[in-house]
Amino acid sequence: MFLKTALLVLRKDFAIELKSLEVLTTTLFFALSCVLIFAFAFVKDGQAPEDAAAGILWIAIAFSGTLAIGRTFERERYGETLRALLLAPAPRPALYVGKLLGMLALLGIAELLLVPLIAFLFQAPLFSRPLLLAALLAGGTIGFAAVGTLFAAMLVRARSRDVLLPILLYPITIPVIIAGVRGTAALLASPPDEPTATMWIGILMAFDVVFVTLALWTFEPLMTE
Amino acid sequence: MRKLFVPLLVLVAAMFVAAPFLIANAPYEATMGLIQKIFYFHVPSWMAMYTAIGVCGVASLVYLFKGIRAADCYAVAGAEVAVVFGLMGLVTGPLWGRIAWGVWWQWDVRLTTALLLELIFIAYLLVRAYGGPGSEKLAAATAIFGTATAPFVYKSVDIWRTVHPKTSVVPMLTRTAPGMAPPFALSAIAFILLCVLLLTVRVHLAIRQRALDDLYLAYED
Repeated sequence: MFLKTALLVLRKDFAIELKSLEVLTTTLFFALSCVLIFAFAFVKDGQAPEDAAAGILWIAIAFSGTLAIGRTFERERYGETLRALLLAPAPRPALYVGKLLGMLALLGIAELLLVPLIAFLFQAPLFSRPLLLAALLAGGTIGFAAVGTLFAAMLVRARSRDVLLPILLYPITIPVIIAGVRGTAALLASPPDEPTATMWIGILMAFDVVFVTLALWTFEPLMTE
Repeated sequence: MRKLFVPLLVLVAAMFVAAPFLIANAPYEATMGLIQKIFYFHVPSWMAMYTAIGVCGVASLVYLFKGIRAADCYAVAGAEVAVVFGLMGLVTGPLWGRIAWGVWWQWDVRLTTALLLELIFIAYLLVRAYGGPGSEKLAAATAIFGTATAPFVYKSVDIWRTVHPKTSVVPMLTRTAPGMAPPFALSAIAFILLCVLLLTVRVHLAIRQRALDDLYLAYED
């Protein structure tokens, strides 16, 4: 029942998204603009500093992720369908998991584009340890999206929600971003610093467990009026 | 608490008057000298902040899961007091760092995460101020996540190599520097008592505000 509901919510969001591709295209475009802006900030004499690629990758993920997370629930608000979704005789946390899976899929696609692009633009050896990089990206994205989805869901009813989402999301998720950046930077060193990267993956896992548990636990009372 | 409030207030005031004398008479730290004495205010202000965060986190959980409205008054008081003491810690820290490290601010794990913790609770106050009706729950969730981050901030100095002194300094004080322990204990107790008193006043104010809001609503109906 739980999984079925989550997958149904995911399928619903996918069906809507596939029709317009609105969130996907805007997110990808915004991520690209982020990379460009930060490239201007860091590049000197045609060369970017060694660690810059890691930071730019995660900033692009965080910024474009905020945009995407805000949009998924904006759509529900616009169609006034959130109440209907909440009235459904299904476990509330399943709705959250469905939304979270959708967010993860979207950010995953964005990362599939961002990682090769940054590796190409900054001559960064991002693919030297593909499994560790994938683990870092997965851990970071789950932590970021878990908090983001929860707060975006709550903000649907709040005033000035566009401003409040980043205000709430960044301070809470910055530890996750830091872990992602430092882990990725360790992979970019030559030779790649595997123990450091693994340590950061472990920290990311710890944050993921805490954040996802807290989100699943608080979603029900938070969404009750 | 109401009966105890004035005596406690007098006690805290007396402690804050006595503290400078004890601190001035405490032995000098060998390498840092005079500037080390800022620790008697720096560490207790963070202790007070963690106390306030604890109150805010527990009250938010009670408010969210039990729906007790009075708990929300405790949560908002906790967050405000936490921000005040956090600011104290963030001001006294760089004053020491300027002498000990030669720079006002280091991008070190402890400093960064402590700043983040402060930001989370400022975000809490922003949500309450600008979130409109129903923002109490949103704020409660922020507080719960913030409280969950607090232990990471506290333990960060033991996990990573940082330039910030470790958490073991305080419990070891009676053995490593017996002369520093009494003034430190006095400051710590004074700050935590001050935190409790501020919380009491702020909770009282929040309860009054809530009663006034309810009266307005009842009048309009």
